Amino acid sequence: MTNMAEDLKAESRLLGTGLPPNDAEEDRSTERRRSPRERKKRTTDLVIYAALVVLVAALMVPFIWMLSSSLKENNQVLTVPIQWIPTEFVWSNYTDIWTRIPMMGYLQNSLYLAVIITCLQVLTGSLAAYGFSKVRFPGRDVLFLAYIGTIAVPWQAYMVPQYIMMQNLGLTNSFNALILLQAFGAFGVFLMRQYYMTIPDELCEAARIDGLSEYGIWARVILPLSKPALASLALLTFVNTWNDYMGPFIYLTSNRLWTVQLGLRSFVGQFDAEYAMIMTGSVISVIPILAIFLIGQRYFIQGIATSGMKG
Amino acid sequence: MSTETIPSTVAPAVHSRGNRKQARRNTLIGWTFILPNFLGFLAFTLIPVLAAFALSFMEWTSFTAPKWVGLANFQRMFASDSFWIALRNTVVYAIGHVPLTMALALLLAMLLNRKLKGIGFFRVAIFFPYITSLVAVAVVWNMLFSPDNGPINQFLTTIGIANPPGWTSSSDWALPAVIITSVWRDMGYYMVLYLAGLQAIPAELYEAAEVDGASAWQRFWNVTIPSLRPTTFFVVVMLTVSSFKVFDLIVVMTNGGPGRSTTVLSQLIYQEGIGEGKFGYSSAISLVLFLIVLTVTVLQFKIQQRRER
Repeated sequence: MTNMAEDLKAESRLLGTGLPPNDAEEDRSTERRRSPRERKKRTTDLVIYAALVVLVAALMVPFIWMLSSSLKENNQVLTVPIQWIPTEFVWSNYTDIWTRIPMMGYLQNSLYLAVIITCLQVLTGSLAAYGFSKVRFPGRDVLFLAYIGTIAVPWQAYMVPQYIMMQNLGLTNSFNALILLQAFGAFGVFLMRQYYMTIPDELCEAARIDGLSEYGIWARVILPLSKPALASLALLTFVNTWNDYMGPFIYLTSNRLWTVQLGLRSFVGQFDAEYAMIMTGSVISVIPILAIFLIGQRYFIQGIATSGMKG
Repeated sequence: MSTETIPSTVAPAVHSRGNRKQARRNTLIGWTFILPNFLGFLAFTLIPVLAAFALSFMEWTSFTAPKWVGLANFQRMFASDSFWIALRNTVVYAIGHVPLTMALALLLAMLLNRKLKGIGFFRVAIFFPYITSLVAVAVVWNMLFSPDNGPINQFLTTIGIANPPGWTSSSDWALPAVIITSVWRDMGYYMVLYLAGLQAIPAELYEAAEVDGASAWQRFWNVTIPSLRPTTFFVVVMLTVSSFKVFDLIVVMTNGGPGRSTTVLSQLIYQEGIGEGKFGYSSAISLVLFLIVLTVTVLQFKIQQRRER
């Protein structure tokens, strides 16, 4: 709330003093006729800016609250009135959590799963996408339709057969189950194919005439050209795997295999009054995603726009 | 593999005697590209999908051998209380989640579709909840919704609501609480889709409307909304499908409670299938879920087609 108040103050400053000097300048300028319109545009901009600041501040409240609570004592979290800034910063929450729960192990498990699944998904997805977009052979389109078709089937509808299968393979309670289930997703193939369709066939044709094999074309022509799509797919897969709850929840039963999400959930279940420590754990679970997102935000947005609009 | 062969082996429709041979070679090359992904896809997605259909007509539990029972699972399901409650909750969730998320996403996209200083920051901030881990989201919102001293109820009290709802601890308000949380989480994603749609509208359309003397409101209804129709169609389909699939948010936030007030179809599938080992019965519920999703998608396709004519 303090943030919001500050932002509001900043706006009123802008609204109060920003306009008149600019208008005076406009009046002095030669293009006098455009002045009312310019002024109108500027006012709308300011109104929208104000609306945005308020909206975004309101939308960020859960994050602000999470961060602020993670630096409090338990009995300071749910107080009346709300303290947006802790009276005393309890930094020890961030050192204690590592000994309270095996947080490091959880982080390692999440990282391991996310990295392996992402690598496999990107590799097999881009290979298959090349087959589906640049090589013509009978049955190709029917096969692709099967891929698309399964995207439309809710995962929940086939999780039980998957589970029976994994049980019979003796893979429940192991990372392998999750890797096998998530590394060959149809979505990755679809996303990469959408991108490869935008690469002109003439490029491949030219490479063929130069004597490159299809595998050579994939590795030396298509892959370098599709870096943005590869980045999109890698980031989306990584984040999805990191955040996945149901997969680990169904397949990983022993504590030493748990991911951050499972560990955090179980901590909440066991110590539901440890508000501050729960928030500390939440912050730690979100930080890696925030870092990755800030580095690659362009690719996230592009990935969503391409996979979305051409679907 | 094909480095030493004649170039252009892959080019289609070459009129020569080697045509068939080339086609075979292409098939081989194509399959080698697809195979690594396809093996995994076949074993862990396609076969389970097909199995789910077959299983819904069988009786199979973790203790008995599979047996064909025809429609018995469906009869049992339609006679069961839990199924109707879960279906009702899922539909209510969708009715709340779809229009709210859509309206807010469009509003945000319209506000963000301009060149202003710092606009990138706003976009990123609004998108971020979508990729925040679900457990963290559920945990934070559960505390925000805390009935006694939670920030939301404190806020409601200060604006004059004497008896604020009990949210996740009340069977009437738990579902609305989940809907609010999911709208907050998802709108950034759909905002990105709408933003892409808005940026594809040619500026000339607005200029022409302005010349004709259309007010901002008229421009919105007569230019923006019709131009966004393909985006809206896609957004509605995606939102509806994802609403019917809602699962993990509910599991983490309320676990279906209090009582059965927030149990949804996906959760019922999980409880019956993996929890209690009733593989056949749970697959029947899966089939119903799939048919609902399919019907909604096809229906919206039809509406879209009629509009385009």
